[in-house]
Amino acid sequence: MSRIQDRFSELKAKNQKAFIAYAMAGYPSDKETISTVQGLVKGGADIIELGLPFSDPLADGPVIQNASFRALQKGMNFDRFVNLVKKIRMESNIPLVLMTYTNLVYSHGYDKFISTMKKAGIDGLILPDMAVEESDHYLDVVRKNNMDAIFLISPNTSEERIKKISKASSGFVYLVSVYGTTGAQKQFQQYTLDAIKNAKRILDGKIPLGVGFGVNNAEQAKLILQAGADAIIVASAFLRLIEKTPKTKIQSKIVTFAKSLKKATISE
Amino acid sequence: MKLEYPINGKFGEFGGRFIPETLFPAVEELEQAYLKFKDDEDFRQELDYYLREYAGRPTPLYLAKNLSEFVGGAKIYLKREDLLHGGAHKINNTLGQGLLAKRMKKKRIIAETGAGQHGVATAMACATLGLQSEVYMGYKDTQRQKLNVFRMKILGSAVHPVKEGTQTLKDAINEAIRDWITNVKTTYYLLGSAVGPHPYPVMVRDFQAVIGKEILSQMKGLEKKSPDSVVACVGGGSNAIGTFYPLIDEENTRMFGIEAGGEGIGTDHHSATLTAGSKGILHGMLTYLLQDKHGQIQDTHSIAAGLDYPGVGPEHSYLKDSKRVTYDTISDGDAIHAFLMLSKHEGIIPALESSHAVAYAMKLAKKMSKSETVVVTLSGRGDKDVEVVEKYLSKNVKNSR
Repeated sequence: MSRIQDRFSELKAKNQKAFIAYAMAGYPSDKETISTVQGLVKGGADIIELGLPFSDPLADGPVIQNASFRALQKGMNFDRFVNLVKKIRMESNIPLVLMTYTNLVYSHGYDKFISTMKKAGIDGLILPDMAVEESDHYLDVVRKNNMDAIFLISPNTSEERIKKISKASSGFVYLVSVYGTTGAQKQFQQYTLDAIKNAKRILDGKIPLGVGFGVNNAEQAKLILQAGADAIIVASAFLRLIEKTPKTKIQSKIVTFAKSLKKATISE
Repeated sequence: MKLEYPINGKFGEFGGRFIPETLFPAVEELEQAYLKFKDDEDFRQELDYYLREYAGRPTPLYLAKNLSEFVGGAKIYLKREDLLHGGAHKINNTLGQGLLAKRMKKKRIIAETGAGQHGVATAMACATLGLQSEVYMGYKDTQRQKLNVFRMKILGSAVHPVKEGTQTLKDAINEAIRDWITNVKTTYYLLGSAVGPHPYPVMVRDFQAVIGKEILSQMKGLEKKSPDSVVACVGGGSNAIGTFYPLIDEENTRMFGIEAGGEGIGTDHHSATLTAGSKGILHGMLTYLLQDKHGQIQDTHSIAAGLDYPGVGPEHSYLKDSKRVTYDTISDGDAIHAFLMLSKHEGIIPALESSHAVAYAMKLAKKMSKSETVVVTLSGRGDKDVEVVEKYLSKNVKNSR
């Protein structure tokens, strides 16, 4: 069992859902990334998704695009990311999922990239532009390293494909909540809730269902969990908070916001 | 060779579908529609009608006698795609995809554009076919090509300047893909080059293959044989693949794809993806890319905005590795020289993109005998470029003083 799978089992035993929080490596700097992650852990995040920025993040909305651009300008790269993960691992045992685009993995070579990340302390990978049809070699390497490959599904993914994708995935399956890129949604529409129910039915308890893209506050988190999700994933909302907060106050603001989201995953 | 690919959307290891899951049903729907209609009699007839009566096909294969004499070698023929409606080969593809979108009952069309030629060709096709179009264009490109922005607006298209990233073609594609993800049910993405996820590289090639088919039959009429060499410029590579594909089985025909050498491939200022790049994944495809050692996509440069792209169509990557096509570069300066020579000797102002192919053809022809032939695909006309050339010349005259 991986750290991610263990975490879902523990939460299930406590009758809780998972709160997955995102941090962009190198945004606004390496140092603040560490304090962001510390804040997320203190605030009760169950799993951390750590973004490695790519120059052309085509599944992302303006907030993550901007953070990627700025992290890259400050020199975030493979080696610095690995160091960052090692530092986080020295103080925390929280499950860490790497989110990036396929080219960064491919251009290093799947073997080298993935085994280095495993050694540094990464538990799983999310690649939003990795289609399951293209994933044979990638999956072999991920499995050889005892890591989780987390694939995405969407509200328009067919039942047949959801089954195929869930078979390729481990850890959890990531449902993209909306037609759109990452970033805040004012209000979720009925189709999102229907997609959650539909995916839950098809996954049939075999693998947890995480829901992300646009989850912005505790109220939305509750709505999504009530529809049947096993985890909420919150990304852009944290980056927006970081952007408007003076550096010295980032951690305390993050703790407060994370607590409000974690609370939504605990049934009263 | 032709029969070997694409297999499952791949040209050897190149191509494929590296896309967000939301787009999967859309590319599958597109592939099914394309397979259904590409050999459909009604579709073929309607497309032929528009290509002939609206766009002006077939285009002449013109013997550039004066230029050939000036160079002193093989006969240089020009495939006159510059004479098409809109002034470039792009209309071959936009009419094809526009008609396909109509049959798929998609009323909203989005497109990306670099220099503006594909944007204009999209706006034209959509105006005549009764479709609504919106074009994404890098902010820098909207500033460099203001007239094309205005042309698109006159033709009824909305133009969205893209201020993300490097504000050029690749960012326009990113933004068009983001729009497509958001509006996937109602929107048709009319991609302008032989790039992107399967089936785009195959579909765009097939719509552009009319260029090579006409070259072959025209050469058989004029010279009683297939050309000894063909030359085309390569950015994304749609006019080149349209030129090469029908000639792939002509064993005696040598093929040359010419990339933008910019200020030299030893500098950071070029767009020579196949010549100087490495394999990677961008815009849904595995292909050669210009990227740094970490896999971040690099800024590119060319005096020809239409060649200014860090990727290339996956079929070109395959043709490079299989050595069927030779890929080489021409610098900004040599392209400008060819632009001036063709204008002076033949009264034809070529697009700066096509000028790269003309420059290479001149070098090639010089080394060949007078009984041999070189066909250059003149993918577009150069009216759009006179300002850029004027600036380049005044700067370089100053520098040489």
